[in-house]
Amino acid sequence: MTQDLRSLYDDMIVDHNRNPRNFKVVDPATATVEGDNPLCGDKISLTLRREGEVIVDIGFVTPMGRGCAISKASASLMTAAVKGKTVDEAERLFQAFHSMIISDVSAPVDVKALGKLVALAGVRQFPSRTKCASLAWHTLHAALTGTAAEPVTTE
Amino acid sequence: MAAVSRPAPAPAAPAAPAARGRAPGRFEVERLRSDFPLLATTARGRPLVYLDNAATSQKPRQVLEATDRYYREQNANVHRGVYGLSELATELYEGVRAKAARFLHARESREIVLVRGATDGINLVAASWGRANLKPGDEVLVSAMEHHSNIVPWQLVCEERGARLRVIPMDRTGALLLDEAEQLITERTGIVAIVHVSNSLGTINDITKLIQCARARGVPVLVDGAQAAPHLPIDVQALDCDFYVVSAHKMFGPTGVGLLYAKAALLEAMPPYQGGGDMIRSVTFEKTTFAPIPAKFEAGTPNIAGVVGFGAALDYVAALPWDQIAAHEADLLAYANATLAAIPGVTLIGTAPRKASVVSFVLDGVHAHDVGTIVDQEGICIRTGHHCTQPVMDFFGIPATARASFAFYNTREEVDALAAAVHQVRKLFS
Repeated sequence: MTQDLRSLYDDMIVDHNRNPRNFKVVDPATATVEGDNPLCGDKISLTLRREGEVIVDIGFVTPMGRGCAISKASASLMTAAVKGKTVDEAERLFQAFHSMIISDVSAPVDVKALGKLVALAGVRQFPSRTKCASLAWHTLHAALTGTAAEPVTTE
Repeated sequence: MAAVSRPAPAPAAPAAPAARGRAPGRFEVERLRSDFPLLATTARGRPLVYLDNAATSQKPRQVLEATDRYYREQNANVHRGVYGLSELATELYEGVRAKAARFLHARESREIVLVRGATDGINLVAASWGRANLKPGDEVLVSAMEHHSNIVPWQLVCEERGARLRVIPMDRTGALLLDEAEQLITERTGIVAIVHVSNSLGTINDITKLIQCARARGVPVLVDGAQAAPHLPIDVQALDCDFYVVSAHKMFGPTGVGLLYAKAALLEAMPPYQGGGDMIRSVTFEKTTFAPIPAKFEAGTPNIAGVVGFGAALDYVAALPWDQIAAHEADLLAYANATLAAIPGVTLIGTAPRKASVVSFVLDGVHAHDVGTIVDQEGICIRTGHHCTQPVMDFFGIPATARASFAFYNTREEVDALAAAVHQVRKLFS
């Protein structure tokens, strides 16, 4: 297997794909948003509960198993990263994550800001897959900013 | 697949495939592969294994050379100039129309409209014929395995005309339920629009029977032949369909070119689709009269270089040893079915009795996109996703499939390479 592939499907990604964290529907929820990557059919349904500015609980499910390993692992890592964080902190993580996955392969990665989310840095080698990694984050962004009258899409 | 025959090559065919004139009976795939420069390249440091022919085929040098020669030596606008170069370009362009008519066995060249591709052809018919003929309450009958391009144009016109879409169902193998189709053709049916060969399942539909049934009830039939053209002989007169569409790029020609075959009487009666130059007889600010068919449907300067390249592809295809190719593709299909199905966790999607060389599959616990990314690292190009047939994915209750689609230039070794890569995918996710 090539080095690039190992960096995309590293152990943490494979683990989060197989045993996704927060793979649940939060009930009661203060926000429910459907995310959709029409290019490849990836879909996630994100639910979260806010108390004031804090995300106290968050979960995701993939209807009909419509999620590739990258989108599922990314959603899993995201929920673990933002649970207990404030809206501002979550939005800053979104920005940092987004900057990372669209950055050049040789660009340095902000490990301090991103923590475990750097596991997805390998997606930079695979431009056709960056939307799989960003789907959960775009969906979260819509849930936090209340901009999701329609399902969120990566297109 | 039954033995097939192709129309004889045009007498002026400039360059025949490499295998032509060789001893009959033995299919020399390597000699044919040598016609396709891209097949000799590498991907990810390995020999390219191109198994996405249902998306687009590779191009033989004869096509590349014809397009290049056109721009270097023959370029002028068509149907306009009185000078020699323009007459030459017009002759080349109209010559392709004649070749296309022979390829589809049309009665005459004016039944061939040169369009951008199969999608463009369907949109032309939906917009022109559909708007003029569909009435509120009418039904457009499509099948459960249509490509989006044979669904969406009809939905658009249905909405505008107050008509509705009906769907011929299929069974779990991906074969159409033709008995039910016959019951769905009623006095309300405005048109039947049916795919000849499914791009995501590979099913070859028994359209002859369906067309007979529709014709008997006075219902016109459009056939989407985008996937049939690179594999099967097509005879629009024998089929007795009213419309047939083809994309050049799926049959070894350039992108951006395709054919719409339509019976002359229908084309005569249909209103123009797009307005512009070349499709008029006379224009004043008060009134425009239109050119006779097929020019009425070819507004603006066409993709002349693409059409010329398509002409070379038609010559190339006409000279191929089709009996041998049918046997070779049937062998590839059977071998790929057996090899992939033997991998634990693999389920084939689309197992109808009559199939073109298209193999769709899913792997337990692994999304098709992960399969696609991993096999790509081995230099193998397959398509993963919904293949522009989301209703087919919904029918099988899956988000996506991985699809290997074979052309005559593919080999058993390439099937082996794919199978080895799928084994790697399993290992990674085990």
